[in-house]
Amino acid sequence: MNIPRRQFDTLIIGAGGGGLRAALQLSQADAHVAVVSKVFPTRSHTVAAQGGVNAALANVRPDSWHWHMFDTVKGSDYLGDQDAIEYMCRAAPKAVYELEHFGVPFSRLDNGTIYQRQFGGQSMHFGGEQAARTCAAADRTGHAILHSLYQQNIRAKTHFFDEYFAIDLLHNAEGSILGALVLNIATGEKLVIEARTTLLATGGAGQIFRTNTNALINTGDGMAMALRAGIPLQDMEFFQFHPTGIAGKGMLLSEGARGEGGYLVNADGERFMERYAPHARDLASRDVVSRAIVTEVREGRGCGPNKDHVLLKLDHLDSALIRKRLPAIRDTVLTFAGVDLCDTPAPVFPTAHYTMGGIPTNRFGEVVAPIEHGPEERIPGLYAAGECACVSVHGSNRLGGNSLLDIIVFGRAAGNQIIEYLGENRYHQTLDDDCLEPALQRLARWEQPGEGESVDGLRRELTQTMEDHCGVFRTAEVLNEGVDKMLGLQQRMVDVRLRDHSQVFNTARIEALELENLMDVAVATMLSAQQREESRGAHSRIDFPERDDVNWLRHSLYHKASNSVDYKPVRTKPLTVDSFPPKPRSY
Amino acid sequence: MKFSIYRFNPETDAAPYMQDFELSDDRLNEDMMLLDALLLLKAEDETLGFRRSCGEGVCGSDGMNINGRNGLACITPLLGLGSSVTINPMPGLPVVRDLIVDMEQFYKQYRGVRPYLINKDPEPEVEHLQSPAQRDRLDGLYECILCGCCTTSCPSFWWNPDKFLGPAALLQSWRFLADSRDQATDERLANLDGPFKLFRCHTIMNCVEICPKGLNPTRAIGNIKELMVKRSL
Ligand SMILES: Cc1cc2nc3c(=O)[nH]c(=O)nc-3n(C[C@H](O)[C@H](O)[C@H](O)COP(=O)(O)OP(=O)(O)OC[C@H]3O[C@@H](n4cnc5c(N)ncnc54)[C@H](O)[C@@H]3O)c2cc1C
Ligand code: SF4
Ligand code: SF4
Ligand code: FES
Repeated sequence: MNIPRRQFDTLIIGAGGGGLRAALQLSQADAHVAVVSKVFPTRSHTVAAQGGVNAALANVRPDSWHWHMFDTVKGSDYLGDQDAIEYMCRAAPKAVYELEHFGVPFSRLDNGTIYQRQFGGQSMHFGGEQAARTCAAADRTGHAILHSLYQQNIRAKTHFFDEYFAIDLLHNAEGSILGALVLNIATGEKLVIEARTTLLATGGAGQIFRTNTNALINTGDGMAMALRAGIPLQDMEFFQFHPTGIAGKGMLLSEGARGEGGYLVNADGERFMERYAPHARDLASRDVVSRAIVTEVREGRGCGPNKDHVLLKLDHLDSALIRKRLPAIRDTVLTFAGVDLCDTPAPVFPTAHYTMGGIPTNRFGEVVAPIEHGPEERIPGLYAAGECACVSVHGSNRLGGNSLLDIIVFGRAAGNQIIEYLGENRYHQTLDDDCLEPALQRLARWEQPGEGESVDGLRRELTQTMEDHCGVFRTAEVLNEGVDKMLGLQQRMVDVRLRDHSQVFNTARIEALELENLMDVAVATMLSAQQREESRGAHSRIDFPERDDVNWLRHSLYHKASNSVDYKPVRTKPLTVDSFPPKPRSY
Repeated sequence: MKFSIYRFNPETDAAPYMQDFELSDDRLNEDMMLLDALLLLKAEDETLGFRRSCGEGVCGSDGMNINGRNGLACITPLLGLGSSVTINPMPGLPVVRDLIVDMEQFYKQYRGVRPYLINKDPEPEVEHLQSPAQRDRLDGLYECILCGCCTTSCPSFWWNPDKFLGPAALLQSWRFLADSRDQATDERLANLDGPFKLFRCHTIMNCVEICPKGLNPTRAIGNIKELMVKRSL
């Protein structure tokens, strides 16, 4: 076979915050690293993160990593793994100081330290008063972090393959991951990247839902690659709906807006969150606020001619504060809703936002799966970090500001673990041409000529099905129908044809490959949701309204080959402190 | 609404040409952006090539020349474009295909200004301190999304693409010069010396007028020149 090959110590797929943080750790340790990204690195979706990154710096109010840990465990509705959560919350301050050293232009307090704002689900003293834990660069924190990480990687001379699309992981018969087959989008040429270690950092899959806050590139590619390599996906039923997307459109208005003093009102002008969360009100956890908004609208108290949204009000705040702390959000609302937040409230509705589930890993970023001896065996050579991974620190509901933290803490941890592995495994294993076959076939399939269904048509049906059948509130009936529909759509994949078979920058081919990924991830999500018969975090079943710790305090694992879900226990034991046992969750 | 779009696929086309498309009014509504229209057109003709990602003006993917003016399709309302719109790739860079240009020259300029914080002190245990006033100097600089709209509308860049660094890269140069934490002022200024890299800017101001994020590269360039003069005294 005459496909060119390149060899690296480490292949990182994805140049968002997770991939770039790992790359930096490795480049600084003189490892030979290749970073592959389907878009130029600073166009990765991390750039869109607004509100900030959590760390108990205590710059504004007293704080401790242990309180942060409590909030995260409670926010996860006790499904998060407490060893990983302890690790993340302890590591947070150092990870944020490092970002500052890399050049991130954090907003500042009068004493020159990093500005921190209030975010949902944060408390002092294990459930007491509101904390201020979210470190922010105005409302462009993701942009600031992503650009600074890219810049430091330029400095460290990391090797980038920009606008290369990863098709599939390559593995030998023993199951070791040996790199990936990638496609140079500009030329249509294939390339085999051989690597002793491969890190998936491909981000989330928000595009499985019609209305979402995500970039068009967030198609769950890495998750689907893992599925096709025989690795299950964990906790996929837990998809976060952010309470405040611009109604009908989806652009996100960060929780920072409520953190700075904004609040929600219904058609009666009532500040309705006071009824749902008397203590935390508008800064209750995201799942709680999203359910409240949907309930208000269902019960006829929605705003607008169709009574289909609520309003996010900031006009009572000083407009200078809005301009200083929330400039990008004000711009977004001006552009997409045509109103100025300084004097007019914005129409908002819960919008698909964040993939809590993903590729199962331990707290070192190593991918783990049930193979022969127990549920958490390592897949040699494979790592995952960021939104595509499930460590699991977010459990069934992620707290705002914890994802940017997740990507930098576990990006770094994976980098360190890889450095160790490289030290112990000095040689490349041979990669036979046979190992390329499945990935090549996957590509070749799109060369079939003829008329068939269109990529765009099937994608629209997929996203509509997910929206109709896997939303904020779920029932067996709606989910059963959803599963049937999704399986029907999946079967129709074989009839989809590309019309454009050109080589040079063929974006249609990329969208076709992305559709395959969306399909696998959407089926995993719908099926996992159908199976879980309880309400926990973001997964709300009207027919099973209570959390059921006896039967369901466990992680789900969706397997593609058998199209089925099995389960593994939650790691309820932290590293050093006492466990937080499940408690009723109120805000 | 009518669309006249630049088409070129080097595999099949001897030369670029303009292709006309139309979307009937019932498929459009008043709050659509140009990107929404392009996505509708692509659903019908999947060979149409353009970059896009965030859809909200933060990733910098979809810079293009719209009725003669560079802008981001995702935040350009259809309403303001009239009944017909002409779309070309951003000028001054080689076309890869259709509306997709090869940005390598632009990225090279960016890398050329050493766009990263350089601080030579031993790393503190906590954050470097920076007063709100010092931090305010970075506003209007760090927000650049590297879309290329400014540089590809700058005549000095068209004439000297390999020698003049262009507004976007120079804006980033000033972003680090202006940062109280950065300690490489001398090296940065020395790196910009000579008749071309910086001094080819003739203050034509196209860049300021065009930047979709409302940034002001001309002012940044002026600030660098001023700092150079101050330092040389
Ligand atoms: C609008 C918005 C606002 C947010 N605000 C916050 C916030 O304030 N605080 C917070 O903590 N979190 C926030 N989040 C969540 C957070 O931003 C993301 O979860 C996080 O940035 C994900 O980072 P990542 O590195 O995992 O992936 P991404 O940044 O999504 O990067 C994925 C990378 O993988 C590459 N890639 C994917 N597939 C392929 C493929 N097949 N081949 C090659 N490359 C591929 C992409 O090119 C990209 O480089 C927000 C999310 C959204 C949508
Ligand atoms: S002001 Fe300078 S950089 Fe800007 S367009 Fe004019 S010549 Fe180019
Ligand atoms: S300065 Fe403005 S126009 Fe130029 S690259 Fe940056 S964001 Fe784009
Ligand atoms: S698509 Fe990201 S800026 Fe337009």
